[in-house]
Formats: sequence, C-alpha cells, structure tokens
Amino acid sequence: MFRFTTIKDYHNALLNGTTTCVDAVRFYTQSIKDQQHLNAFLEVFEEEALAQALALDNQRNGSIQGKLHGVVVALKDVICYKGHKVSAASRILDNFTSIYNATAVEKLLAEGAIIIGRNNCDEFAMGSSNENSAFGAVKNAADETKVPGGSSGGSAVAVQANMCMVSLGSDTGGSVRQPADFCGVVGLKPGYGRISRYGLIAYASSFDQIGIFGNNIEDVALTLEVIAGADEYDSTVSTDAVPEFSELLKTEDKKYRFCYFRQAFENASLDVEIRTQIEVFMKTLTDAEHSVEIVDFELLDFIVPVYYVLTTAEASSNLSRYDGVRFGYRNTANSADLSDMYTNTRSEAFGKEVKRRIMLGNFVLSAGYFDAYFTKAQQVRQLLINQTDQLFNNYDFIILPTSPTTAFSFGAHKDPVEMFLADIYTVYANLVGIPAISLPLFRHQNNMPFSLQLLASRDSEVSLLCVSQNLLHQKRDR
Amino acid sequence: MEVTDQLIDHLAKLSKLSFNAEEKQELKSDLQKMISFVEKLQELDTTGIEPLTHMGYSDNALRDDVVKGMVSREEAMLNAPVKDDQFFKVPKVINPQ
Repeated sequence: MFRFTTIKDYHNALLNGTTTCVDAVRFYTQSIKDQQHLNAFLEVFEEEALAQALALDNQRNGSIQGKLHGVVVALKDVICYKGHKVSAASRILDNFTSIYNATAVEKLLAEGAIIIGRNNCDEFAMGSSNENSAFGAVKNAADETKVPGGSSGGSAVAVQANMCMVSLGSDTGGSVRQPADFCGVVGLKPGYGRISRYGLIAYASSFDQIGIFGNNIEDVALTLEVIAGADEYDSTVSTDAVPEFSELLKTEDKKYRFCYFRQAFENASLDVEIRTQIEVFMKTLTDAEHSVEIVDFELLDFIVPVYYVLTTAEASSNLSRYDGVRFGYRNTANSADLSDMYTNTRSEAFGKEVKRRIMLGNFVLSAGYFDAYFTKAQQVRQLLINQTDQLFNNYDFIILPTSPTTAFSFGAHKDPVEMFLADIYTVYANLVGIPAISLPLFRHQNNMPFSLQLLASRDSEVSLLCVSQNLLHQKRDR
Repeated sequence: MEVTDQLIDHLAKLSKLSFNAEEKQELKSDLQKMISFVEKLQELDTTGIEPLTHMGYSDNALRDDVVKGMVSREEAMLNAPVKDDQFFKVPKVINPQ
C-alpha cells in the first residue's frame, strides 16, 4: 500500500520503482472518498489527476524531472486553476470557471505537481472556524465534533487526514497557521510579497498571502521554493532572487535569540495548559543555550481592532466586483433596474459574515468616520511596523501561541467579536508583513494538537525554516 | 458611537445590500459590538505617525508599456450570467417608472 512520508522519500520510491504516481493518486482519491464526511474537498479532479500521473509515470526514465514531480497538491477554493471551477466557498461565484492559472499554480504545474482538487474554506476566506462556507462546515479529523479552524480549514484537513501531500491555503490574518494549529500539521505564511497573489481571490490585498500546509518542513520549503518569486502580474512581490529553501535547510548548530511577549502569555484568553507547555518548551530552549527573553508588547490589545478596521475596508472595496454582471451569480427574477439587480444579487448570494464585514468596511471608509477609524488604524499599523523593526534588531525570532485555545466545538462562538479574538496571536504577522509558521509540537490533555508559532523578520524565511526544522527534530529526538 | 437604523440603511445603500427587518435588528447589534470593539484604537496617541498606505517593497514598479492581449472575448465572457455574443447584458440602468 502507498505510504507517504516526505517528497524526497516519495521521489526515491519512484526511482526505485517501489511506487508510481498513479499509485499515489489512487491512494489519495480513495482516501478522499473514504473521508467524504469531513467535507474537506468541494471538488476532486480525479480523472485528470490520474491522467497526469500516468503521463508522468510514462515519461520518467530513471530520473525525476521537476522539483514537484508527481506531488499531489490540493488548492484552497480561492486559488485559480485554469479550466476549473473556483468559488471562494460562496454562492456568488456559483459555476465560475477560472480562465487563467494563478501564478502559484502555474509554477506548481511547471514542476510536475498534480492538482487533486479544491478545498472547502470559509466564504471569501472570512472566518476562523470554516463554519462560514456556503457548502457546509469542515470537520477536524482529530475530533469530528471540533472545527478544523479557518479560513483554510479544508486545506488543513486534507493534509491532516492524508488526502494530499501538501496543500495551498491563503492567510490574511492566520487562515493558514490557525487551522494548521487545530489540525496538528505544519502551516507557513511567508512574508508579504514572497508569493504572487495573481489568481488568488482577493480578501484584503495588503494582508493576503498564499500559505503552505505540509507534514514536515522539507516539503513546505520545497513547495515555497517552487511557488515564490517575482511576477509581472503582481508588483508587490519581492524581485529578489528566490533562495533555494530546500537546499538551505540544515540542522545547524546555532544559538538563536528568541523573545516572547509578556502581554500575550499573560492574556486571560490563553488556555492555561497551552501557556504552561509552551513555557516548559522555552525552558528546553534556554537549556540548549539559546536565549529566550520576555519583552513588553503594549500594543497587543490593539492589533485585532486594527486588523478588522483595515481588512474590512479592503474587503468592502475588493468585493464590490461581485455585481452579477461579468461573472458569477445573478438575480434575474425581480430586479427593476441595474442598481436593484446589484443589490438583489449581492444580498441573495453573499453569506452573513461576508455581509457583516462589507458593512463594517464601508462604515470605516465612509465620510465622517474615515479619519477616526481607517486613517487611525493605518497609523497604528505603521507604529506596529516601527516597533517590530526594533524588536528584530535584538532578536531572531518571536515566540507566540498560534491560538488561545485548541480546536473548539461547532457553534461555540456565536458572537462576531468573540470569534475575532480567536485571531489575537496570528493577525500581527499579517499587519507587519512578516513570515510566520505554526509548528505542531504539542498535544493538550484534551487530546487535541496545538502548536508553537514562530515569527521572523521580513525576508527571513530561510532562517525561519531552519529553526523550525531544528525544533521539530529536537522534539522528535527527545 | 451609537449604531442607529439610519446608519444601517446608509451603509446598506453604500454596500449595495438589502436586509429585512429581522436581519437589520441582528446586524444593528452585531455592528454595534464590532464598532465598539474597534473604537479601542481611539485610546492610542498616534500624533505625528504617518499612516501606512503600502505594504509592497517599492513605491513604484515601472515597466515598458507594451500592447498585448490577455484573454480572448470568448474567455472574458465565459462566466457572464446574461450575455449575447458580444455584450454583457444588464437590466435598464434607469427604470422609467
């Protein structure tokens, strides 16, 4: 039977002839069928994936062509794959077919990856529990009464429950790291501008970043290496040469300078056991002669408000394109004029959370409130960036929990603000544009996984991945 | 800051969204909570701080202006819900009634 550990091992097995790409695709499509009730996939491209696998098996002649040769990848339903449906888990994009590939997808395909299907998520990536999908919630495979986290819940579960090798999600305020935490897999959000956003359905453009879910750091590093880099269709991408992340991964014997925020660990919302286990872990870091220092971060209470002002403002603008004219759903039944048609279409086809955020976004952007809310939030964002730059003068990495609790039950957070606060530890990295990773190091006594979040300065993905590799190995060896 | 029915109606108009009476009540209470929550920002002194308006690496990414196509008309119209062979069709812009 097919068994997956790392892409490297898989490639070796292909070369040895002990497995084939077709075996891999068959294994995953069967696994998806067997676990359909988890609702992690909105669509599976089975026949096409099999045909691709067969073609790869036939062309392979004693050598592996393509860094992701035969690697089975799932895409969050916000990433465009030419000729395939993409819906942002919304009724408003019902029956929408991509007419081009996202740059990340183009790069995956060029290196021989096989796209197996599209993953369920919160509508327009807005949510922290995957309960906002127009196509039903996703279940956490570790405990099916619990949410998988959001918004990239389906992509996290796809890796967690062996339904693909790696998956792509998007992370605007934690949407990769938090579901990775809830599901016990690795989740990376690269720094802003590392991966092109072309073909990623926009939520909040100055925050959005494609992220990667995997079983281990090697696979995540290799995938990042493939999909990162300059793109003529996204001018916000770094034009620097892309480091060979997978080659640069080494278990180096280096002493790092870590810091952690007093206000984050003393926060009343943080689960006591999560706090204790991370503190014990930090002790092992100091025992290994790394330095770990506590620092004050007075702005912690402001980051979730800043995040919601700015992202809803950007969302209200980005989502104005869904008007029923050029694509997507249209209400044709009872619209007297054009303006009516817009309103009827949007009111019918957007879900509740999306409407709430559009309303809040239009509030903070509207005359009379713009300066007090929107401009104010932009100032606080600048303040956060200044403080972050200073921090990284003294430290290599920041340690944070990923989420204040382990995966919660369905329906646990009815209040929108309560749900917002679940993002307290993740939105910071998006506000300041730095890379951050969620490492599945812990298990709670309630038997759910949880992770350590590490943040590094902008452009420091290499050292972030190296230290992550070290910490995961250390944990395994102990 | 109190969220009134008038504010909800105004924002709904700006958002091109409509809500029935029940939805409006719920939204009013949700928005009230959300706005009170983000009002916390007023506690911070940000005098003299420039608002951050770009997250990119450089202010300008310049390129030569080259004429080239991106998608064909057929592709561009592929997803239109109501169309003929050349145009997106919409209801009357101004309703005579």
